[in-house]
Parts: sequence; structure tokens; C-alpha cells
Amino acid sequence: MFDGYTTSELMSIFAMQGFAGLSLFSVFVLMALGLAIIFGQMGVINMAHGEFMILGAYTTYLTSGFFQSYMPSLFGGYFFIAMILAFLICAALGALIEWLMIRHLYHRPLDTLLATWGLSLIMQQAYRSIFGAREVGVELPEWMMGAIQVTDLVELPINGLFVMIIALSIALGVYLLMYRSSWGKKVRAVVQNRPMAEAVGINSAGVDRMTFALGCGIAGIAGAAFTMIGSTGPSSGQAYIVDTFLVVVFGGAQSLIGTIVSAFGISQAQSTMEFFLSGSMAKVLTLLVVVGILMLRPEGLMALKVRR
Amino acid sequence: MGTTTTAAGRRPLGKGIGLRKSLATLAASIMLATSVQAAVPPTEEVNTTGLAVTDDSVKVGILHSITGTMAISEIGSVQAEKLAIQQINESGGVLGRQIEFVQEDGASDWPTFAEKTRKLLRQDDVAAIFGCWTSASRKAVLPVMEQYNGMLYYPTFYEGLEQSPNVIYTGQEATQQILAGIDWAVKEKGAKSFYLLGSDYIWPRTSNKIARKHIDKLGLKVVGEEYYPLGHTQFNSVINKIKLKKPDVIFASVVGGSNVAFYKQMKAAGVDFTEEKPLLLTISVTEDEIRGIGGENVEGIYASMKYFQSLDNPNNKDFVAAFKEAYGDDMVIGDVTQAAYLGPWLWKFAVEKAGSFDIDKIREVFAGIEFNKAPEGYVRIHENHHLWSKTRIGRAKTDGQYDVVYETQELMEPDPFPEGYQ
Repeated sequence: MFDGYTTSELMSIFAMQGFAGLSLFSVFVLMALGLAIIFGQMGVINMAHGEFMILGAYTTYLTSGFFQSYMPSLFGGYFFIAMILAFLICAALGALIEWLMIRHLYHRPLDTLLATWGLSLIMQQAYRSIFGAREVGVELPEWMMGAIQVTDLVELPINGLFVMIIALSIALGVYLLMYRSSWGKKVRAVVQNRPMAEAVGINSAGVDRMTFALGCGIAGIAGAAFTMIGSTGPSSGQAYIVDTFLVVVFGGAQSLIGTIVSAFGISQAQSTMEFFLSGSMAKVLTLLVVVGILMLRPEGLMALKVRR
Repeated sequence: MGTTTTAAGRRPLGKGIGLRKSLATLAASIMLATSVQAAVPPTEEVNTTGLAVTDDSVKVGILHSITGTMAISEIGSVQAEKLAIQQINESGGVLGRQIEFVQEDGASDWPTFAEKTRKLLRQDDVAAIFGCWTSASRKAVLPVMEQYNGMLYYPTFYEGLEQSPNVIYTGQEATQQILAGIDWAVKEKGAKSFYLLGSDYIWPRTSNKIARKHIDKLGLKVVGEEYYPLGHTQFNSVINKIKLKKPDVIFASVVGGSNVAFYKQMKAAGVDFTEEKPLLLTISVTEDEIRGIGGENVEGIYASMKYFQSLDNPNNKDFVAAFKEAYGDDMVIGDVTQAAYLGPWLWKFAVEKAGSFDIDKIREVFAGIEFNKAPEGYVRIHENHHLWSKTRIGRAKTDGQYDVVYETQELMEPDPFPEGYQ
């Protein structure tokens, strides 16, 4: 397929393809981090993860509308405020849901699956009633559109770079929170041994609520970021949920590093194969490889060693 | 009237009073019938198969998804069908009867569509069903329609390869959309190479098969053909491939949320469609979809459809005005919405031509039924239950509307089973 191209053309195509793989990687990281925190730390399978992302996207949509009508001069910077709002709103809703529903279902992982799936249906229908069934268009500030021209052929999409920066900062933030703060220590203590953690005075119910809220908040930020590359509609969250679970399960449920490694592996495999094969075949092959590896290593790429 | 005479005839003739009485009733009922006939033909005549028709009303069904993923697309159709029904009622109804509708929700779930069809036909005895959107829902409904002899008016442009005695297809089948579109790109834009891109299901695959055959016939080149799963949101790799292959035309049939991702990422990758390098020709983006994608992301793309909201003719001006009055000024009307609007009208004309609501009698008169006031201009029903209509090319603007840049001289003949294309 490379007949008749000069070396420099090929080099630029490979550069752009490499960038495509990296931007897919950051999308996966953003999608999966929130879920990995909730699934890994609490053992709760949150099927409504996609809907929390869309809540973030709708928040961005509303913020953009607000800025357009009331503060058009500040429109260029609205996106940052939208992301903060998305985090706060999703985290607040997450805490509420944990209190109303999830906390009654710990130790019953299959029931959380069903309950959060029901929640996702409720949320979808709520969006449909509030915002209408049609997708909404989120207008972006001018500086976020277009591409940076590196050479004649190499063009890097600005929104791809932006998603990459957000993904890396959030991953770093989560790392600091989990492994360098006292709150993170408590979370890890609860994960490793709940009765023991409670015995030394950790309020495990409070830790659970905060963990769930944090996971949902990160989903909100992801949703805000995805208005740049995807659609915002009542059921758009469904498009992300499969890939998200794939990344988390493949990485090993209780390891955040595993999530990142698995996001990297899957994104590179998929984007390379998409280039050489057709889109659907690439997906099929990626899934086959993942299934194959999971058969050999059911606990995922990186499993936390815990005495059971 | 039929009942009265039969009852009278069965009476024993010997009893004078009885005879006189029944003769009087007979005369009265004949007079009554003649006086009313001018306005409304009697129910027993126009309905011999037990449909829900009374002396002043007739019941029809509307069956679309108003919940679930397909609600995005199907709500426009529901609005158009209700508008048409309302307008028909205001102009005197069908055979003097006001239309009442029963609306059911298919909930984006194909078995539900079949179940609701059974309910509409068996329990509500509706005279017609306006509904379905995806091919999958139509295929689910089809056996029920044929079993109970209903009549479905199906609005969506679709892949063809079907012709049921129980369906009228008011949208285009594949050749009507594709052939004229490709001919236009070749003739007007000098296109030599094509890249076919679609979502991975029956409609894009069949459409691209037809497109590829046609391109081969013209002696031109297809440089790539790709399908992505429904709901796919990452198109960076295919965008790179397109940049590598440098086709003259990208022929796109991506649907749903994937559309939004695809056009946003094309734009972000520095592709400016207004430069037409490459030119993008789509058969799946109507004004409805642009609302979700954002006009600034699709500026300059071309679409091959039979209807655009911006069509400049008196019928369409009236239609757009009525639609906006009914549903608000910010509504947009896409190709399928217009096709859905045709359904109730075509049904009305067929019923009036047949002088009956009976499905079998309507079926005999379908071929040749015309609608002069169609927003798209003029349509006529073909013997194969599809519509003769024109194909048009529109160019997208930032405000989410299309400028019509080309339309076929003649009505395109519907050809659901194109020879040599399968």
C-alpha cells in the first residue's frame, strides 16, 4: 500500500499515525480512570459511568450557552470553567447516588451491576426529557479548533493535544491523591482490609462515598473533554462504556498503573491495526487479543497482591 | 343501509303492518343514504373488513421510537405525520371522516415494534400505520403486516432489495440517492477517485456496493472502502489513510453519534471541506444531524438527498411555515421528516381514489397516485410501491442549512432490485 510515496511522505504519515495512537491512549485513560477508581477500590461495577460522562458533556453545553449569551468576551476560556463545574456536579451527584443506592449494595457486586444499569437508563431518559432526544452541538472557542501545522504534511489536531494534556494531568493528580496523601492511604487501607481499617479508626463509609464521588467527578471531566471529539446526546455514553470496561478489566481491576498500561496497549494495537486493516476488523482483532490474554491471566495485566 | 334491507327482506310477507313498516323504513333509509352520500359514503361500503372506521372518524396508527437511541431520528417523523394528519382533518378529512391516531412507542427495540404492530392491527384495527425508521425495525414489522394484511407507510431512505405488498416506501431506495450523486460528482466536479466510508451495517454496505459498481462502470477508481462499528468515536486512523490516498471524493454513509465524532475530527485534522480537497459527498447527513454535529464542522460538504429544507418552491414554503408554527421556530426539517409527511397524504389520496378504506382495494389503486403539493415538489407512486422523485445535491452552510446546487431534470425511477448492482 506504500507504492509511489516518497520517504518524507511516509515519515509524516507515520508521525501522524503515532499521534493518533497517543491521542486514542489519552482518550482511553480519561474514560477509564474514573471507572478504575470505583471498580478497583470499591468493587462496584458502575454501569452508569457513561451517563456520568454525558452529564459532564451537558454541563459543558450549558456553560458554553451561558457564556455566549452573557459573557461573550470571555468565551475563549469557558472550557476550563466548564470542566470544573462538570467535576463538581458529577461528584455531587455521585455522592448522592452512593448514599441513596450503592451503600446498601456493598458485598453484592452483581446487584450493583443491575442497580447502576437501571440508574443509567433513568439518567438517559432524564436527559431525553430535559435536553430533547436530539444531540446537541457544543460550540468550541476558536483557538481549540484546527490543527498545528508542523511540516507540510504533518498536522497535529489541537483538541487532540488538549485531551492529552488533560488526561496526563488527571492521571498525575489521581496518582498524587492515592499514593502521596493521607486520604489515599485510607482508601488503600480500606481496600486491603476493611475490618482492620475500621478498627484503627478509619471512617470507611465516608471513604467509600468520597471515592465514588471522585470517580464520578473524573467521569464528568472526561465527558467535558469529549465534547471536542464526540457527540453529546442522551445515549452517547453507551459508545464509551464497552471500551472503558475493556481497559479496566484488561489492566487488572485494582491497579491504576495497570489501567494506564492497558490503555496504552489497547490504543496502540487498535490504532495500528485500523491503519492496516478496516475499522471493524481492527476492533475484532483487538478484542480477540484481549480475550486471549485474559484467558491466560484472568486477573488482568497487573494484579495487586493481596492475601485473601 | 345494508342491514335494514336484509332485515326487511327476511320478514314474513303476510303481515301487512310489518310489511308496510319495513317498506317505510327501507324508503327512509334510502332517502337518508342518498342525502348523506353527497358528503360521506356509508361506513358499510367503505369498510368491509372490520377496520376502525365509523361514520365520522377513522383510526390510524403512528409507530416510532420516542424513547431509546433512535428517538433522536424518529421524533421528526412523528411530528411530520401528526402535522399532515392535522392538515388533512382541517381540510375535511378522508372520505368525510376525521382521522384519529393511536401512537405507540417502538422504544428503539425491534421486537417491541412487531408487538406494537400486532396491537395496532388486531386490537385497534387501524386503517394504516405510519412508522418505523431503521431497516431492522421494518424487517421486524414486515411479517406481522403481511399476516394481518396491514399497510405501512415507511419514511426512511433505505437500502432497497425489498418490495412488500403491505408497505409503501415514501423515502428513496438506494439507487435513487447514490447514482445521481456520483454522476454529479463525476460530471460537475471531475471526480476520478473515491473513498467509501460507512458505519458497519446493512444500509452503508449495500449503498457502497451499489456505489462501487457504478464507479467501476464509469471506469473510475475506488481507492478505499472502510466500515466502522456503530457508535465508533475515533476516526484519526482513517483520516490519516484518507490523507495518504488523496481521493477526489469521500463518499460517506456514517450514521448516528459517529457522525459527530467523524466531522469534528476531520475539522480538527485540518481538513477544510470548503476547499473540496477532497470533496465530501454524504448520503446520511440531513439538517437534523447537522444540529448535533455543529454547522461549523460540516461547512462545504455535499449531500445527496431528495429534500432540503431550503428548497425554493411554494409547497415547501407552506410546509416549513406550518411545521415551524406547530413545533417552534428552531425546528429543522430533514429529508426523512419530509418523507414522513407524505405518508398520510398518499394514504388519503389512495383511499379516496379507491372509495374505500379496505387494504386490498387501496392496493389496487396505488400505482400512479400523485401528490402535487408535496414539499419536495411532486411525487408519484410507482407500481413497485416506491416513489418517483427527484434527487438533489445540497451544500452545507455554517447555519446548518443546505444550498441546493443541483437537481435531476427528471424524476428518478425507483429501482429496488437494480440489475447488475447486486
